[in-house]
Amino acid sequence: MSPTVSILLVASLVAASCALVGTFLVLRRMALLGDAISHSVLPGIVLAFLISGERSTPAMMVGAGVLGVITVLLVETLNRTRRMASDASMGVVFPALFAIGVILVTRFASSVDLDLDCVLYGEIAYAPWDVLILGGRDLGPRGLWVGGVVLAIDLALVVGLFKELKLSTFDPGLAATLGFSPVLLHYLLMSAVSVTVVGSFEQVGAILVVAMLIVPPATAYLLTDRLGWMMGLSVVLGIASAVGGYGLARWWDSSIAGAIAVAAGGLFVLALLFSPRHGVVARQVHRSRLGLKLAGQLLMMHLDHQRAVEARGDLRRRFGWSERRLQRVTSRLLRVGWVREDRGGLSLTDAGRVAVQRAGGAELAHPVPEV
Amino acid sequence: MEIGIALRNVLLGATLLGAVGGLVGSFALLRRQSLLGDALAHSALPGVCIAFLITGGKHPLAMLIGATVAGVIGSLFMVGVVRGSRIKEDAAIGIVLSVFFGAGIVLLTVIQRLPGGNKSGLDKFLFGQAATLMPEDVRTMSILALLVLVVVLLFYKELKLLAFDPAFGATLGLPMRAIEILLTTLLVVVVVVGLQMVGVVLMVAALVTPAAAARQWTQRLGWMLVAAAAFGASTGAAGALASAVVPGLPTGPAIVVLASAVLVLSLLFAPERGMIWGWVRAARLAARIRREHVLKDLYGVGERRGDWETAVPLDALAERRADSGRSTRRCVHRLVRGGELLEGGGGYRLSDAGRRLAEGVVRKHRLWELYLTRRLELAEDHVHRDAEDMEHVLSDEAVAELDALLGHPEVDPHGRPIPGGRAA
Repeated sequence: MSPTVSILLVASLVAASCALVGTFLVLRRMALLGDAISHSVLPGIVLAFLISGERSTPAMMVGAGVLGVITVLLVETLNRTRRMASDASMGVVFPALFAIGVILVTRFASSVDLDLDCVLYGEIAYAPWDVLILGGRDLGPRGLWVGGVVLAIDLALVVGLFKELKLSTFDPGLAATLGFSPVLLHYLLMSAVSVTVVGSFEQVGAILVVAMLIVPPATAYLLTDRLGWMMGLSVVLGIASAVGGYGLARWWDSSIAGAIAVAAGGLFVLALLFSPRHGVVARQVHRSRLGLKLAGQLLMMHLDHQRAVEARGDLRRRFGWSERRLQRVTSRLLRVGWVREDRGGLSLTDAGRVAVQRAGGAELAHPVPEV
Repeated sequence: MEIGIALRNVLLGATLLGAVGGLVGSFALLRRQSLLGDALAHSALPGVCIAFLITGGKHPLAMLIGATVAGVIGSLFMVGVVRGSRIKEDAAIGIVLSVFFGAGIVLLTVIQRLPGGNKSGLDKFLFGQAATLMPEDVRTMSILALLVLVVVLLFYKELKLLAFDPAFGATLGLPMRAIEILLTTLLVVVVVVGLQMVGVVLMVAALVTPAAAARQWTQRLGWMLVAAAAFGASTGAAGALASAVVPGLPTGPAIVVLASAVLVLSLLFAPERGMIWGWVRAARLAARIRREHVLKDLYGVGERRGDWETAVPLDALAERRADSGRSTRRCVHRLVRGGELLEGGGGYRLSDAGRRLAEGVVRKHRLWELYLTRRLELAEDHVHRDAEDMEHVLSDEAVAELDALLGHPEVDPHGRPIPGGRAA
């Protein structure tokens, strides 16, 4: 397996697992809990290092998983005291735990083969050479195995509990009355986030985990209204960011993890601008069309009321429109034959009069067939 | 002992950062924008890198401008995404902080591959490296901190309105959007002050933790600001000293851990809001209720038998309340010490003082039952449970009021006498 292929595979596995759980984080407005967990697992990883005395992945998984759950518990305990808002609880808990982790790393740096920079932005470039050796046999890059296991866990959770997660995300009250425990699901999801963060952490670093957890699902959220599609799109977008980011990193000769985060951000901005339904451009087009329709209705009602030919200049002054605006408003009305133009003025046709009277205004937006 | 120049720099820098962090962080905390600081800190990184690329050195002013521009772009993007799309604030913050930080990492790695130049210290912005502080850095930090302080004092009223009632501020004709931008800019400046000290990742704690601790001690904004600045400054100084004394203890994390400890202590012990006092109050109330139950039970026995001299054994008292014998014993001992119970004859009986206290409790219970049946027209068999609660909390004034309202009654709905009335 060539280094490029294994780097891309590891990054794609991470992207896919993060996208699956990240979808629920974004929908449940808990995106920053992913951020918090990805920082606060650090002391767990270091302690696991110190206790097990080696870079053993299962021990790290356990250590970080425990810290992930502790983070959630601490944040919720602080919330329950009602002495702090939920954003403040998060902003207090994860730096505290991360600081403890940094102190542990610095104090025991000699015995722990763990680089702080590496924790933040990962060393995915070394993934191909970090191979798993079992019983003397080279089983390929460790990142592939870890990533595969994490993805399998996330897939099992999301597929197995799809209905329950969906219901408790969109209607926790109904989920509770139907007998699904929202609290249990919440902790299951948080455990999955912890496992995902931990599995991805060592390979790609905290910052890319946060980006992969939040950015592709948020991008997908702009593109679809269906949960299943959103998850699928998140996975595709995450993998696309990984591939694109790797290309950018080769081009710039820079950090791969950073470049993948930038690529994900680029895809987000594209969706933000050009999403067919929720994009800024689409919203703007929709708004201006609606404005034109309303202006057309206004004009027709005015003409109906006047029962005479109105000069263009008078109409412009009356509504405060520019000539161009008036032209844009009338072009559609002239085309459907509701308004006619003669002797330099505008008046309603018979069909237009019928349309005004029949529709009472509201349905003018949709042309009715001529009588 | 002579304080080294390096330590003096660190000490001064950490104290200043703590003070202005607490000051500005308090407003962010009250606006429920604690994590905005996190996003601003992360988005400052690419700005610092670009400033380095343009100027080719670590000029404090250039980096300040770079970080400020990047921070403002990040916050504008965040506001734009939240207002202009269906993305919620938490996701918008996460997007800005991870993507901007990713861009910063890309730039950092690019810079590190550039030939020559004084670039070594740049990656210290990630976790902070107080030891690399130069006297001119501290000078810049002092000027910025002073600037922040002056601006907060000048716009105190406006910032207060922004924190508590921006809609009211708008109706007064104040430009609330501009004030919001002012607060964001202040946050960015504090972030820049803190970058070298605590670094990007821990910056949010320098803003939020002292402010959250200060919030526990007071209800007034002015005092909260003073307390937050004091907590920030003292934990900053203590953290700097600790890292100087303990080898291998990094400054930024030391400050954050100390500030978190202050927060935990504040949550537990702050007057009024402290959780310990809540627990103490609850435990005291529970103990008083247990004592009043014992007195009332003994009163009931005496009333039924018409005999106040016979002692009731401890077991019988514990059994009545389905209590563990131990807690009843503790409660009874306390009553004996207080002179409300007399021991002897294989059990306990009420003293005169105890009987007066018991009468008070029973009186509250029966008056309340009467009030519920007469005034609220509840059925007689529905009022006992409610009176069981009220007998412990009604004040003397309320009892006198009830007594007058009900025309100084002498029997309760069940026909039992109400003790302690005017006749007594």
